[in-house]
Amino acid sequence: MTLTTEPPLTTSSAAAPPASGRPRPGLLTGLSHVALVVWALLVVLPLLWTLLASFKDNTEIFGDALQLPAELRWDNWARAWSKANVGTYLLNTVIVVAAGTFGTMLLGSMAAYVLARYRFPGNRLIYYLFVSGMAFPVFLALVPLFFVVDQVGLLNTHTGLVLVYIAYSLPFTIFFLASFFKTLPTSVAEAAMIDGASHVRTFFQVMLPMARPGLVSITIFNVLGQWNQYLLPLVLLSGAKDKWVITQGIADISTIAGYEADWPGLFAALSMSIIPVVVVYAVFQRQIQSGLTSGALK
Amino acid sequence: MFTRLRAFGFVAGFLVVPAVLYLAFVINPYVQAFQIALTDWRGVSRAPGFVGLENFARLWDDQAFWQALRNHGVLLVTLPLVTIALALFFAYLLNLGGGGASGTMRGVRWSGFYRVVFFLPQVLAVAVVGVLFKAVYRPDESGVVNGALIKLGLEPVGWLTEPGLALWSIIAVMVWQAVGFYVVLFSAGMAAIPRDVFEAAALDGAGRVRMFLSITLPLLWDTVQVGWVYLGIAAFDGFALVQVLSVDRGGPDGATTVLPLEIWKTAFSYSKFGYASAMGVALFFMTITFAALTLRVTRRERIEF
Repeated sequence: MTLTTEPPLTTSSAAAPPASGRPRPGLLTGLSHVALVVWALLVVLPLLWTLLASFKDNTEIFGDALQLPAELRWDNWARAWSKANVGTYLLNTVIVVAAGTFGTMLLGSMAAYVLARYRFPGNRLIYYLFVSGMAFPVFLALVPLFFVVDQVGLLNTHTGLVLVYIAYSLPFTIFFLASFFKTLPTSVAEAAMIDGASHVRTFFQVMLPMARPGLVSITIFNVLGQWNQYLLPLVLLSGAKDKWVITQGIADISTIAGYEADWPGLFAALSMSIIPVVVVYAVFQRQIQSGLTSGALK
Repeated sequence: MFTRLRAFGFVAGFLVVPAVLYLAFVINPYVQAFQIALTDWRGVSRAPGFVGLENFARLWDDQAFWQALRNHGVLLVTLPLVTIALALFFAYLLNLGGGGASGTMRGVRWSGFYRVVFFLPQVLAVAVVGVLFKAVYRPDESGVVNGALIKLGLEPVGWLTEPGLALWSIIAVMVWQAVGFYVVLFSAGMAAIPRDVFEAAALDGAGRVRMFLSITLPLLWDTVQVGWVYLGIAAFDGFALVQVLSVDRGGPDGATTVLPLEIWKTAFSYSKFGYASAMGVALFFMTITFAALTLRVTRRERIEF
């Protein structure tokens, strides 16, 4: 009997402090929920509104903003996809980001690996040369970069953009992966070498698989960074509209929507550029969150 | 000897392609930028003439440059302050806000869901967000904000056309996009603080505000400092959002312009490449100074736990 009476006693003594002046946890918890719900709505509502507006016609768009569309006008989406070239822009972006990220990961992990695990004269110098790139704003290089890419004949080409993406993604990728490779145990690589595996084979078949968590984080970081890039395509692809990526395409559709009076098409284009990202995020949100923030915690 | 030679060949083989790319497209342009900044170069048609520091002297008298600097100043103060304050508040609620009666600290219900939603704007492209908010901010009832204001019987506001308001509207979008990232970042930091520290403080009668100020914030200081540097560097950018969202690219009348936008316009609209590079050099030194100062001023004893 004494055992069952004890719990109520402890709760009543713990409930005493709130009575002595401090607000009750119930009220505070309620208020914090309100704050959280308000911010969640602030995030979701603009996106939801864009999606709804993509089904409206021009009159509805210029009418009351808080009204629902009368019907689902999928032709807005068809127009944006083909006439406003959103399909092309999305495809271009996928090509550029896939090539750019693959190249960044391949070259970045190769460089990071030898810089982290091999001793040779000039190792530190090369490492700091790469890492120093993180301290420079891209805007400083903008003018010369334009002329360098022009001189090698790669202006207005995807190849040029991909190479520039790789070059500018290398500093952070090498910084991140070099510290990751340093944490991996040496014994496995040594065992592979004793078994007669070459340096190259050891890297691709032993070390890269072991570095998988780090590779996943930094791949996500690079995919998002390159997918969202706006300045570099704006400068390096300005003369070839058929090669544009989605960010510059959307910005362009936004400026011409005024002349062509196709606002529903703009909202459909916006929705098309947002939905794939949201879907990918919904599936990989855990990896994406840790991938993006792990860079900051290094 | 042979094995060492083989290792050397391997190292060289792995480094050569990344190094060549990096030297050609990153180091080379950065070095050139400092040289071009000392010339009056206006494009391929004319040979650049050396003008010494004349570009920098002209910057000193350039209204647009000072306007951009003023805007960076506003951004530098408000963007980190507002974003970090909101993110700390939300992260604290999500991780420790659901504290029970006996001093055990835990997150509120659905904290995982909130984290996912809050982080979402971070994965959207800045240019796309800019176009989206251009519609949200429209000056009549067709914009979401003004539509709601009119519904409430209020006058619509020219969010992007009022010179005194436009920059704040743009900062609001930056905060909107950034908060989620820092909520996740700070949450990770808070999760690393041992629970018994909070429980001990609760036994000593510390309230939730006191606990935040005396325990969470000091133990999270390193992470907050990292966030401050990140947001400060972001305050020196702002290109994509201002270029897409503001009226007349940096308007009304230069009220929202930023240095990267001026560099881009000076170079690719007016072909003043020497002058644009001088702006780039100025921007570089400001960014470096900021990062060095912040790391120095906010340095504290690291608390191990």
